[in-house]
Amino acid sequence: MKYSIFSLARAALSGHKNWQRTWRDAAPKDHYDVVIIGGGGHGLATAWFLASEFGIRNVAVLEKGWIGSGNAGRNTTIIRSNYGLPGNTGFYELSMKLWERMEQDLNYNAMVSQRGVLNLYHSDAQRDAYARRGNTMRINGIDAELLDQAALKKMLPFLNFDHARFPVQGGLLQRRGGTARHDAVVWGYAHAASELGVDIIQNCEVTGFVRDGNGKVTGVETSRGKIGAGKVGMAVAGSSSRVAAMAGMRLPIESHVLQAFVSEAIKPLIPGVMTFGAGHFYVSQSDKGGLVFGGDIDGYNSYAQRGNLPVMEDVCEGGMALIPMIGRVRLLRQWGGIMDMSMDGSPIIDKTPVDGLYLNAGWCYGGFKATPGSGFVFAHLLARDETHKEAALFRLDRFQRGAMIDEKGQGAQPNLH
Amino acid sequence: MRITCPFCGERELGEFSYLGDAKPVRPAAGAGEDAVYDYVYLRDNVAGVMAENWYHGGGCRAWLKVTRNTLTHEISAVEPAAGAGARQVAK
Repeated sequence: MKYSIFSLARAALSGHKNWQRTWRDAAPKDHYDVVIIGGGGHGLATAWFLASEFGIRNVAVLEKGWIGSGNAGRNTTIIRSNYGLPGNTGFYELSMKLWERMEQDLNYNAMVSQRGVLNLYHSDAQRDAYARRGNTMRINGIDAELLDQAALKKMLPFLNFDHARFPVQGGLLQRRGGTARHDAVVWGYAHAASELGVDIIQNCEVTGFVRDGNGKVTGVETSRGKIGAGKVGMAVAGSSSRVAAMAGMRLPIESHVLQAFVSEAIKPLIPGVMTFGAGHFYVSQSDKGGLVFGGDIDGYNSYAQRGNLPVMEDVCEGGMALIPMIGRVRLLRQWGGIMDMSMDGSPIIDKTPVDGLYLNAGWCYGGFKATPGSGFVFAHLLARDETHKEAALFRLDRFQRGAMIDEKGQGAQPNLH
Repeated sequence: MRITCPFCGERELGEFSYLGDAKPVRPAAGAGEDAVYDYVYLRDNVAGVMAENWYHGGGCRAWLKVTRNTLTHEISAVEPAAGAGARQVAK
């Protein structure tokens, strides 16, 4: 179905009782040109770009649960392209540009809101680092503004400018950054891909790979039977190591839990997204009024989809240090998602050494903002067997070659990225 | 999650630092690049019971080997990590 002002009016006038299913609940066929494992944002975006940009419509997306049950429904909805290293800068800007036209492309309201992303600095050294990053962004055609304390006092008078250790001195602002409705992103891609003939198959868990005599992957074994495939793409976030192990591969990835939090709803307070540069805390306010915030990962390997109290304490301390008055707001809920943390903190989009199997993994905890860009470059790789130029550095063998993209400079320590 | 340190008793998680999978062993000096790549970068990333290194920095500062289930956070064993000093203390 096509959404328009008339379809909205018709649905409203009939008491919202006649909405149609937004994507077909497909049953698996025997064979597809491309099978995508993982019905999250990245898998669904890949399927949509395969169909819309690269003309490959005989595609299935296999999801072990239901659409939106994984990290797509467990994130803090931030979109931005404020990266400083080659490889990341161009890729995230490609993704940002795709966010800006996504709702028109998909005919779906994903509530993309360019309300600005502001990284605060608290020392002279940090100001210099942010100035450098902002310059890198502007050289690459990305918007960035360095704001001083006076400008921030006007914009955000409630910040803790007098903190003895971490006074807010200014910030680096990307006005084109912002937020998007996380569930609507997956629903929108599922809706639009399904319209173009992609089969979205829920409750279908991949349990193994089908290989021919030469070891090439020719399909997948699933909880709903065997499905043949010309090519298989993996986009399974926190489960990358487990799925890769079925093909006999070990990856430079560890799975870790990241918690996020939502407060009770309050009146409009925080206009955009803010990050606390002296600790690790980031916050925005949802359209319903809840403060959405998070911080570090818990720091140890986990597949549990739930976290522990020390990080909750640390995040809340970060929030209090930055905005003392939020100490009076009650926490409404908390959740944990499983991140596949790569060894340098950057993603991997590449063919694997196993013929016919392609990998999209290692998004650490920045996968949401990458959704459209990731889908586009992965579809490019699957369709043409060539790496897209904006993903040219996200190769699997970069760790062997010493060509890491280590934005945080932490080395091979997944729990620190 | 609480960890029972063999020297200090049961303590809260915030006293400890995580140092990762205890399985990788540093290769010998002449083992070659592939062995170093494997040791530094590749991980089993176990979903289930795994042995891990933890450091009790907020307590006795001992290195510990913790056996933990990554699906449930359940800890089944905590021992002093391998090393002459740890073995001596554990006696």
